[in-house]
Amino acid sequence: MAKVVRKKAGPAKRKAPCAMERVKLARDAKRPHLRDFIANIFDDFEELHGDRLVNDDRGLVGGFATLDGTPVLVLGHNKGETVEENMAANFGMANPDGYRKAMRLAKLAERFGNPVVTFVDTPGAYPGREAEERGQAEAIAKSLEFFSTLKTPVIVVVTGEGGSGGALAIAVGDKVLMLENAVYSVISPEGCAGILWRDGSKAPEAAEALKITAPDLLKLGAIDEIVPEPPGGAQNDRAAACALVRAAIVKALAELAPIAADELVARRYARLRAMGNFY
Amino acid sequence: MGWFERKDEKPKIPPAKALWAICPKCYSHMEKSVWKANNAICPKCNYHGRLTARERIAQTADAGTFAEVFREVSYSDHLAFHDATGDYKTKVEATIAKTGESESIVMGTCKIGGHAAMLGVMDFAFMGGSLGTGTGEKIARACEQAIAERRPLVIFSASGGARMHEGILSLMQMAKTSAAIARVKEAGLPFISVLTDPTTGGVSASYAMLGDINITEPRALIGFAGRRVIENTIHQKLPADFQSAEYLEKHGFIDRIVERKDMKAFIAKMLAFWHF
Ligand SMILES: [Zn+2]
Repeated sequence: MAKVVRKKAGPAKRKAPCAMERVKLARDAKRPHLRDFIANIFDDFEELHGDRLVNDDRGLVGGFATLDGTPVLVLGHNKGETVEENMAANFGMANPDGYRKAMRLAKLAERFGNPVVTFVDTPGAYPGREAEERGQAEAIAKSLEFFSTLKTPVIVVVTGEGGSGGALAIAVGDKVLMLENAVYSVISPEGCAGILWRDGSKAPEAAEALKITAPDLLKLGAIDEIVPEPPGGAQNDRAAACALVRAAIVKALAELAPIAADELVARRYARLRAMGNFY
Repeated sequence: MGWFERKDEKPKIPPAKALWAICPKCYSHMEKSVWKANNAICPKCNYHGRLTARERIAQTADAGTFAEVFREVSYSDHLAFHDATGDYKTKVEATIAKTGESESIVMGTCKIGGHAAMLGVMDFAFMGGSLGTGTGEKIARACEQAIAERRPLVIFSASGGARMHEGILSLMQMAKTSAAIARVKEAGLPFISVLTDPTTGGVSASYAMLGDINITEPRALIGFAGRRVIENTIHQKLPADFQSAEYLEKHGFIDRIVERKDMKAFIAKMLAFWHF
């Protein structure tokens, strides 16, 4: 029997939630989703559709908007509050068409000097027949390559579930912010538990072992900054949560704006290059 | 990602001591010596089975030209990861002892049909060819050395995906390697990606699918999500040839399916076309 590293929740009220508690918060249906962030943070949002190849993916949406008068491109995984909304948004799981749309719009942003802000909240890329036939692997790979060289500032906000490759595909940027109770992982705790524990119910142990919370990821250097949430979690006060996210984005934009595009791209590479170099 | 360790996904290969080999694609039985003599290719269905990294290097690099680099780069247990079956450190050390490799990819400079190249070969026997921080680091360094020495880059992939024992930094290797590959291409150098059986999850969704040409071998398994995950999501049975080399070629994601006996000559020919 493996030793369980999960700390028992103590009696102290201010004790930080354990990894699995954060997973539950990150998946809370009442948590602010893309449309809340768009409505509360930006002005003048105009959605743009389609990858110009086969489809308009609903799991990943994008459009231009302004932030304090600065025009920006907003991209994000699309989740909803109700089952109906989630069905329409494919539960925030993007198809290859979604990633190709994201690249198409980001190329426009680069051409016209618009910073890009991405909102990451997905269980993962959609595992479907057509998704594979249209090259889910290729679309994610291309997106990683594409954003690593994009000559405009890219700010990433992990707002809920950062589900492996499907999340990472729009999470290569200059500044990666993460909400206090969001999670970001190479595999879902349930998936990991099913494989390494041979028991999906061991997800809390897997969540702890994988180190998927914002404080852990900050220590590992995978993210740059934690955005605090209202007491008890973002679901308790969505407007306040959006305001905190807005302030973090505004600050990041101000930091990145003076940096020349080539320097920005060089730093973005250096940031990735330092990850997991232990030798 | 990481479903390489799932019991039901493992090919039905008999224990090491058994005399019989069973083709995981057509289930035909043959003596192990026959399988080996045929270079791990099924005489019945032409499935091109797995080779060790060293076997692949011997069949790809010109004799005596392969010089290994970055062998000092190995795994990292920064999470002190352990699960119900034990410690990651114990498992990976056992893998290192068994395979004699320091990571799931072996990297080196060599000549291929007379053309100088940087060659990386993944070994599925090393933790299911999973993408660890060491794997990603070797690839990034190889890209940088390839640029410095003007060498085309050739990588043979064989992987179940990211290595979950190394957590988020394993995932980040997908971005790191893809960014490094982008720089190889920007430097005007070609990247030839050979996706061998199997190439799935986080490896197919990063460098393996980023070849200027993507090539593969007959009947190789290539995909992003696992078949079972997809079937459970869409509540449909998938066709038998789903995620096969032939299926991917039909759908436009593979340039060519190349037989193992022709692989080296094919790569050399492409490098010659591109003046390398
Ligand atoms: Zn066979």
